Amino acid sequence: MSWINESGPARDVVLTSRIRIARNIAAVPFPSIMQPHHAAEVAEKVKKSLYNKKAEAGSTFAFMYIRDVPAVERQILVEKHLASQDLMESYETSALLLDSKEKIAVMINEEDHIRMQCILPGFQLNQAWEKLNRVDDMIEADLEYAFHEQLGYLTCCPTNVGTGMRSSVMMHLPALTVNKQMNAILHTISKIGLTARGIYGEGSEAAGSIYQISNQITLGPSEEELINNLTITCRQIIEKERIARKALHKTTGIQFDDAVWRAYGVLRNARTLDIKEFMAYISQLRLGVSMGLIPGFSLEDVDSLMTAGQPAGVMKKTGQIIQGRDIDEARATVIRDAVDELLESRKNRKEG
Amino acid sequence: MICQECGQRQATVHLTKIINNHKTELHLCEECARQREDFIQIPSFSVNDLLAGFMDLGHSQPAVEKPVSSQCAACGMNYNQFKKIGRLGCQQCYQYFGNELHPVLRRIQGNTQHAGKVPKRSGSGLLIKKQINQWKAELKRAVELEAFERAAELRDKIKELEQSQLKEGDRK
Ligand SMILES: [Zn+2]
Ligand SMILES: [Zn+2]
Repeated sequence: MSWINESGPARDVVLTSRIRIARNIAAVPFPSIMQPHHAAEVAEKVKKSLYNKKAEAGSTFAFMYIRDVPAVERQILVEKHLASQDLMESYETSALLLDSKEKIAVMINEEDHIRMQCILPGFQLNQAWEKLNRVDDMIEADLEYAFHEQLGYLTCCPTNVGTGMRSSVMMHLPALTVNKQMNAILHTISKIGLTARGIYGEGSEAAGSIYQISNQITLGPSEEELINNLTITCRQIIEKERIARKALHKTTGIQFDDAVWRAYGVLRNARTLDIKEFMAYISQLRLGVSMGLIPGFSLEDVDSLMTAGQPAGVMKKTGQIIQGRDIDEARATVIRDAVDELLESRKNRKEG
Repeated sequence: MICQECGQRQATVHLTKIINNHKTELHLCEECARQREDFIQIPSFSVNDLLAGFMDLGHSQPAVEKPVSSQCAACGMNYNQFKKIGRLGCQQCYQYFGNELHPVLRRIQGNTQHAGKVPKRSGSGLLIKKQINQWKAELKRAVELEAFERAAELRDKIKELEQSQLKEGDRK
């Protein structure tokens, strides 16, 4: 179980809400220059404070050294947004504490000693902060943090100092993208201390019209103020996107439905799918499902397809590292099977 | 991203201009970028580069060869090294590089006073100070609104907390 299979508020537009905070342990050099024995000390201390403890109702923390995690599993953790690529690259010293519901992850010896995050489905930043704040209190009860009266929590990079917090919302904005409104929106939010980037795809291009919006500033406003600022902005974007979807459907009519059903047809039948094409069709399908055009398909179903079609998702199914044309073929197979499975379970539900 | 100038070609050059601490960004194609020499070019989008850019711009004087760069006595890192990698070595670096970091923080963050969460362990005195300040602000508002009952209540609470803090100090 994880965020992918759960519904959440405003799921039609918001995939996930995430809060991440950076912490360092007092009097231990930062990961930028620390020795292996420092790293081991940090990992053991944080482990002692959280391992097997309750993360939230019905879930406890598991601990793993990244060096013990197989390569494909590492990539899956990254694609599920439960760990960063940086953590994987520091595998000699890095570790991860993960709660059994895969909502709370505590990265150890990444850029800072501790980078913890809570990721929840849909639009629920406050709830994510509540959960994460509790975990932060648990660690703090055992360990002393590097903290400065004026500068707040001291981080390895000064861009994170203060609250050490990044709050972010991952949004699906296909209608605003089609209407070419994204540039104006991105420009506006950059003026109020927020930043946005495409989540999949390279550079500034947002594959599948999926964007991540987060706070840029970490020092000055309180955690609640930062979250509030982001919440208010995202609420407006959600409303804009919903209005744009309705307008788009109204003005394009049958062409709109046709595009959605074609996307469904391709995903169900294609024999090879490259990642860019895959994301474009998934986006189209998600838009259609959010408007109830494909009966029996839920947004959670589409999002689980999206994860299954990412490189690590495909490699998990095939059980080996593959690239290029081979992965495009494997992706098409994985997605076809997944769609068949969804349809099968739907049929069973109806009969049962 | 499409070029903001011609609106046609792909924007491959990302420019930043800073006037009186105010940052303007421009995303252009190569052709349009060549015509905008008033903007300072930052070659890529990485935070490190951006940070390095900020720090170089921190010195408003033309770059005069600085004799020695500050060094952190705790971990041995010097400021030039930090500029190169964008990462500090330890918590003490914030103190030893204070003079250089302060304007940088002001520029990146806009603020230099933390107002968020305070760890109970290293900051219990600070928590009390924060509470007292909050009540004092409330007290001022109560007086302005002529809510004298509430004001008296707040005044007593502040006095009580201030005295408990003094006692705490005596014990130490
Ligand atoms: Zn141009
Ligand atoms: Zn240092």
